[in-house]
Amino acid sequence: MRGLSFDIAHMLAGSLVLVSFLQLYQDRLSALINVFAMHALVLALSVAWQAFVQEAPHLYITAVIALVFKAIVIPVALRRIIVRLGIHREIEAVVGVGLAMLVGIGLVALSMVVMLRVTAEADPLAREDLAFALSVVLLGLLVMVTRRNAVGQVIGFMSLENGLVLAATGAKGMPLVVEISVAFSVLIAFIVIGIFLFRIRERFDTVDMQAMDRFRGEQR
Amino acid sequence: MAVIRDIAFQGGQMLLVLLLAPLLTGFVRKVKARLLRRQGPPLLQPYRDLIRLMRKDAVLADNASWLFRVIPYFVFAATWIAASLVPTFGSGLLFSWSADLIALIAVLGSARFFLALAGLDVGTAFGGIGSSREVMIASLAEPAMLMIMFTLALIAGSTQLSTMSAFMNSPEVGLRVSLGLGLIALIIVAIAENARIPVDNPATHLELTMVHEAMVLEYSGRHLAQIELAAMLKLLLYISLIACLFVPWGISPPTADPVHLAIGVVAYVGKLAVAGVMLALFETAIAKMRVFRVPGFLGAALMLALLAALLRFVSRSF
Amino acid sequence: MMVVYALFGVAALVALAPIAVAFGVSQGKDTTTTLIYGACLIVTLGLCTIALLSLFDVSHTISQATLPLGLPWLGAHFRIDALASFFLVVVNLGGAAASLFALGYGRHEESPLRVLPFYPVYLAAMNLVVMADDAFSFLVSWEFMSLTSWALVISNHRVRENLRAGFIYLLMAGFGTLSLLLAFGLLAGAAGNYAFDAIRAAPPVAGVAALVFILAIVGTGSKAGLIPLHAWLPLAHPAAPSHVSALMSGVMTKVAVYGFVRIVFDLLGTPAWWWSLVVLAIGGATAVMGVLYALMQRDLKRVLAYSTIENIGIIFAALGLALAFKTEGLNWAAALALTAGLFHVFNHSLFKSLLFFGAGSVLNATGTRDIEQLGGLIHRMPQTAFVFLAGCVAISALPPLNGFVSEWLTFQAILQSPQLPSWGLKLMVPAVGALLALSAALAAACFVRAFGFTFLGRARTPAASGAQETDSNSLAAMYIVAALCLIAGILPGVFIDALAPVVQSLVGGRMPVQTSVEWLSIVPIAESRSSYNGLLVFVFMISSGAIAAFAIHRLASDKVRRGPAWGCGYPDASTATQYTADSFAQPIRRVFGTVVFRAREIGEMPPPGSTEPARLTVELHDLIWDSLYAPIAAGVAFAAERLNYLQFLTIRSYLSLVFTALVLLLLVLAIWP
Repeated sequence: MRGLSFDIAHMLAGSLVLVSFLQLYQDRLSALINVFAMHALVLALSVAWQAFVQEAPHLYITAVIALVFKAIVIPVALRRIIVRLGIHREIEAVVGVGLAMLVGIGLVALSMVVMLRVTAEADPLAREDLAFALSVVLLGLLVMVTRRNAVGQVIGFMSLENGLVLAATGAKGMPLVVEISVAFSVLIAFIVIGIFLFRIRERFDTVDMQAMDRFRGEQR
Repeated sequence: MAVIRDIAFQGGQMLLVLLLAPLLTGFVRKVKARLLRRQGPPLLQPYRDLIRLMRKDAVLADNASWLFRVIPYFVFAATWIAASLVPTFGSGLLFSWSADLIALIAVLGSARFFLALAGLDVGTAFGGIGSSREVMIASLAEPAMLMIMFTLALIAGSTQLSTMSAFMNSPEVGLRVSLGLGLIALIIVAIAENARIPVDNPATHLELTMVHEAMVLEYSGRHLAQIELAAMLKLLLYISLIACLFVPWGISPPTADPVHLAIGVVAYVGKLAVAGVMLALFETAIAKMRVFRVPGFLGAALMLALLAALLRFVSRSF
Repeated sequence: MMVVYALFGVAALVALAPIAVAFGVSQGKDTTTTLIYGACLIVTLGLCTIALLSLFDVSHTISQATLPLGLPWLGAHFRIDALASFFLVVVNLGGAAASLFALGYGRHEESPLRVLPFYPVYLAAMNLVVMADDAFSFLVSWEFMSLTSWALVISNHRVRENLRAGFIYLLMAGFGTLSLLLAFGLLAGAAGNYAFDAIRAAPPVAGVAALVFILAIVGTGSKAGLIPLHAWLPLAHPAAPSHVSALMSGVMTKVAVYGFVRIVFDLLGTPAWWWSLVVLAIGGATAVMGVLYALMQRDLKRVLAYSTIENIGIIFAALGLALAFKTEGLNWAAALALTAGLFHVFNHSLFKSLLFFGAGSVLNATGTRDIEQLGGLIHRMPQTAFVFLAGCVAISALPPLNGFVSEWLTFQAILQSPQLPSWGLKLMVPAVGALLALSAALAAACFVRAFGFTFLGRARTPAASGAQETDSNSLAAMYIVAALCLIAGILPGVFIDALAPVVQSLVGGRMPVQTSVEWLSIVPIAESRSSYNGLLVFVFMISSGAIAAFAIHRLASDKVRRGPAWGCGYPDASTATQYTADSFAQPIRRVFGTVVFRAREIGEMPPPGSTEPARLTVELHDLIWDSLYAPIAAGVAFAAERLNYLQFLTIRSYLSLVFTALVLLLLVLAIWP
């Protein structure tokens, strides 16, 4: 049982990394949102499995939060936003898919080496989970870097946060309070960003970050 | 006695793949047609097509060389050899050690090499465009395939297909992240290698969008029949490969009694049917890509396979 | 004793040079050509036999000799051990094949006296490099090898391009020799003992060893064509006559590999942990870059030259793996990787010679090396086409020929590397594996292109449609080499066993004995892990193809009709409507070239109704040249410009310059602690 539970936890964490890669691969906004929903779904599954394995019922709450907010509410809201903005068919990426994925692989390798070297004595489940979590965080950052569109950057930010949650649940005994506060802070951030998006849109007629650079006077 | 049984086993496998390959293609076509609410051709239509093509005179272009006439036989032979070395219903293949998985990929690579040459032999633009795109696809699919193979070989500790298959069937294997990544990459590669949607469309006859079909446009008669049969064998081969590595249940062990063999055959046919339905569903649900989207698609497979291999190199438990 | 016989052979080769001059002046061109190449053929065959005898010698005696030449207190040491005998086989087999080919090919030479005297000395110099057992004779032979090959490169001096190629080659060769000179100077240490035995007995301390390692990579890598020191190779190799190109690409690069192996595996003692990382990274990058360059070329011989760079990358990647395993003490794995690398050395020397011979025959028959001007040669030169195809299959690493076996062994070695404890290697090795796989696939694309546009399709120019099959000597050379490729492909066990003593002496381990394995398979570690049987694959392919052909012809149809190719209803399409080699490479250029070469395509369409042609311009940038060589060249030009005024001084000023320099040097000596 120990072996199987380890394998499943591992598999789910690995799937989260894989979905992060899928995010890098997508160049359409609507597809990106779908993949983000999938990301959150895998996160919820992973957290639920941790709850089951560690027999920590409070983690189920975290899983439900992830499922309800991140996999359903936020994607639906985001989709409405982009439809209202009329950018749901837009193709946007700064660098090519191949290059982004190559960099992504480099990041995963980096986080593996760093984590596995630093935590040589720790429990193997925790250390490899941590390595995966760090990869998810870095890939989230990469998504933010490679997207021109503010919506894409929001998604990158939230998948980064998913990585943090993964790290937190993998390590035993994370208090629920921190959990919920993290989740809600992200929700608030999302709302704030959403409002900002509309304000920006009203003001500048675009949510393309490069266009905004021009208004800052940083001519490229 | 044992030698005779081994030879019979190997011979049986060679005949089985040869006979099943057209049926599989016919089945996929039928399922696709039914999904589109069409009647579709009968299941046995590919056999009839092949026989009809074999009987016809071969029409060669005026300046076709001897190479052009030899290549179909070579392509067919290479693909057939490769297909008969993949464990299908049983793993006790007599000659499975003569080519491990790397060699198997390379044998298929030779077939493709010569087919690409055939596309250039007559000197028309269609053959050239087909060959050119084929080698572009191959230049990404082959490394991806090799990286997948690395991952699997590191997990199983062998590049011998029968050993790998036996290992995957054992309880030691467990769920592995790198296995999952490898499976996804392998499916992408298989789609590309077999010229299926979304990479290429096996049913198209619009020259500018074709890859594989454009390359073999000048072939006719028995030559075309062999190339088509080779393509069908290749589809069967990839499905068998995925089946024997990722769903190895039911494959009969080398020293098997008739009951195990029967179970093996039934399981194999069942796996083929499931894979055929899934392929048809996938092809119906998705649109063909622009040619220059394919490198991104295959590049993703390469990256996933590389990631899988990297994880495997870094730690044994991935 | 062997080494004495070998030295006699070398002396015979050197003696051929004055004979060539004397005969060339008195007798006709043809007699001299036949005489010299015939003599070279006999001597190299003799040397090859000596090398084989000492390689297969069961007692593994190392034969040594010292000649009273060179530095008076040192003498010239020569020695044939297992490593040297293997490379002697490579050198002389290549030399013999090239000489046989040249018996026919050399007759077409415009000015044979510019080739004939240098050719035997070039062969002799390569032999001497491999046999040298002290730094002095090694460097002198190395320099002789460079100079004679330079003379051969510029033998066709009327072409301006060749002169430029020769100039760049001379610069790079000088640079390489300088690095090796420094490396050996450091190796000899303060005591200044230049004999290899003394160096082996007292390996340098870590810091010096690291410096020697870097200098050795630079020195031998610049001769072998490692990126970024490759710039001269694709210019110089194609410029020489084709049999010399074959020697330069097939053999001389291997002598450079020998230099690397000798210094790093033999003389330098225990390797440091980061050496293998450097070699692996350079090897992987060289393999992919080389083949990408090759795909962009139009000149057939330049395609082959760039592909040499690719293969050198593969060899160095295998050597890097061997170094990594050796560092960690995994001797059996190091033996596997080193065997793979050395076997690829042998294989590449075969098929690259074959391909250059083929390219030479095509050049002779048509007068052009531009593959866009060729086509349809399979009808005019069927035999050349057949052997060239064999070479293409072999170099593309496809079974059942030999290129595949050495790549297969390399991949098997890569699969052993998770056992390496170092984190850097855990990351580097899979990446290098991916690079090698990529380069193998791209090489197949490259040689589909090279063969397809040279030999297949319809003739694009009158020159191509009027080509004639080449002469029987050249064909014989090509057939023999092609047969060797097949034999090495289907019976690799024999060759792997022959390499065992070489590998044993360098990494202290060997692969299991292969010739005793059932059915002549090769089994690197254990049969349950991996095995390959080229013979069976070959027999299976032939027999099932034959069965299919027989069955179909008997049971179905064997009739053939001829008709025009499908041209969308336009009859008699011009040969210009065929696909071109550039358009063939376009998808790959677009996928890889946009990053690697900053490739750009600019299409200009005339306005509707205009009868002007549309234009497509393709821009490619050689980033290595632009970012490394161009600044250096500019810097040198700038310095030369500044120093120019030194040329117009009075004699008194010159004398005072010399005087000042002398006094300064004396001052330095006086205050040196």
